[in-house]
Amino acid sequence: MNAILRLEGVHTDIAQYHILHGVSFDVPEGGVHVLLGRNGAGKTTTLRTVMGLWRAVRGKVLFRGGDITGLHTSDIARLGVAYVPENMGIFGGLTVEENMRLATATGRFDEARLGRVFALFPALETFWKKQAFALSGGQKQMLAIARAIIEPRDLILIDEPTKGLAPAIIRNMIAAFREIARETTILLVEQNFHFAKALGSGVTVIEDGRIIHQGGMAELAADEALQTRLLSLSMEAPMGTH
Amino acid sequence: MEAGATKSVIERLGGVGLLPVALAIVALPLTGSFSSWVTLTVAGLAMGMMIFLMASGLSLVFGLMDVLNFGHSAFISFGAFIAASVLAALAGWAHGPSGALNLLAIVLAIGAATAFCAAAGWFFERVIVRPVYGDHLRQILITVGALIVAEQLILAIWGGAPISVPRPAILRGSLVFGDVAIEAYRIFAFLLGLAVFVILSLVLNRTRIGLLVRAGVENREMVEALGFRIDRLFVAVFVVGSALAGMGGAMWAGYQGLISGTIGSEMLILVFIVVIIGGLGSIEGSLLGAILVGLMGNYVAFLMPKLSLASNMLLMMAVLLWRPYGLLPAVKR
Repeated sequence: MNAILRLEGVHTDIAQYHILHGVSFDVPEGGVHVLLGRNGAGKTTTLRTVMGLWRAVRGKVLFRGGDITGLHTSDIARLGVAYVPENMGIFGGLTVEENMRLATATGRFDEARLGRVFALFPALETFWKKQAFALSGGQKQMLAIARAIIEPRDLILIDEPTKGLAPAIIRNMIAAFREIARETTILLVEQNFHFAKALGSGVTVIEDGRIIHQGGMAELAADEALQTRLLSLSMEAPMGTH
Repeated sequence: MEAGATKSVIERLGGVGLLPVALAIVALPLTGSFSSWVTLTVAGLAMGMMIFLMASGLSLVFGLMDVLNFGHSAFISFGAFIAASVLAALAGWAHGPSGALNLLAIVLAIGAATAFCAAAGWFFERVIVRPVYGDHLRQILITVGALIVAEQLILAIWGGAPISVPRPAILRGSLVFGDVAIEAYRIFAFLLGLAVFVILSLVLNRTRIGLLVRAGVENREMVEALGFRIDRLFVAVFVVGSALAGMGGAMWAGYQGLISGTIGSEMLILVFIVVIIGGLGSIEGSLLGAILVGLMGNYVAFLMPKLSLASNMLLMMAVLLWRPYGLLPAVKR
């Protein structure tokens, strides 16, 4: 399968700290690819490096075969890469509508697409004219994801979308992500293995800024010994048991 | 009534926007005379509008790019001196019998000050500010350094002696309503400030550029991740902010009647107080803060002259204790 995103020996420093140590992995086109790792392993740094928010000091980031390593974040976004950060990046002083409008290239909505977004996240239609800071945590997460899909994108980078969300909302999120993954590729950073397992087709495991495993999610899910060896993660409780 | 219900009623009536009204109501019995109260209130509103012109740009620059620009007052000074020079050059128009020519003279003076400061703002952002993005200490050092250079330039061009800035004839008198006399210049300053506020509000709330600016004030990284170049937007905001500071300086020159090279730095403290009281990055906050500062300054100067210098500092302390992010911050937490 073709890789939509390829990292080749990527090193990233943040101030005096060397965070990524030659990270290399492929994200195949289509479906959900999961980047797993414990706190501080380098997952967020990897996403931010892909997005150009932090610069790789060595190595290459290739998107559809083209080198995007030195590109400005806005140029990477315009190539068709969307980013949903861990803090969701919602503009609280703007209404839900304004948040969404900002994510469109022309300021106008494709009504059919907007309809599909509302079908996935009905709460957004209800609170369309409300300021986003007044939304609940789950609704903010929905808005952040809706903003990433309001225009056609080739790749969506999503950083820990389940953090702090109730199990019922996480279940809705799984359904939404499955729907979104029909037309785009998702690179999902997660600590919640149960959520990752429900969605991912491929998985990459990162530890201390180095890739320690890449393969299919089904194999990892079936092999408890491998899970224990790779994922001495802060494994969150299975959904629904909170 | 419960505290929550009281808060809800206040919010419905206009929330913190009611503070100037409350201040004016409290001042009414204290001033002892209705005509004095009206005069002080109009003076406070006019002063507030001029400070708003100077502060609004700084608030956006501060909020959008996190840049501490202590050089902002240089634009106020340049605005004042350029307006004074243009008015002096057009003395025949400004002080002649034709009201239209009087008005044209002041419009040209304000226009020249605004245009010069817009161009100077573009240069300042490119040469002084751009190299120090993200570094507050260097921002303070280099913008204070630039302010010193600008003040020395003013000294070299216009000299050290204070310059008189006579108002155009049409704005010299007062309008009298019964016992109340209101200076025409104050009405002009109020209307100009109001017009700028309305234009800024329309641009910020009704246009895509405005939407980007408001979003950028909250989270510029996310705006870039959505595909927009915030640095290019920032140049435009910096230019507009500098131009407005120049406009405010031009108006302040006519209000004071006598200006010296330190006019900008004298205003800078008030401008910073307004930005902090109003909340970073918020035009509505800047307007509210400026009107509060203007009213407070005038009422206290009348009632307790010895406290007038400290009054706005006390106002800022009180606001920050109540709302640490200012009255109407752009970023909702």
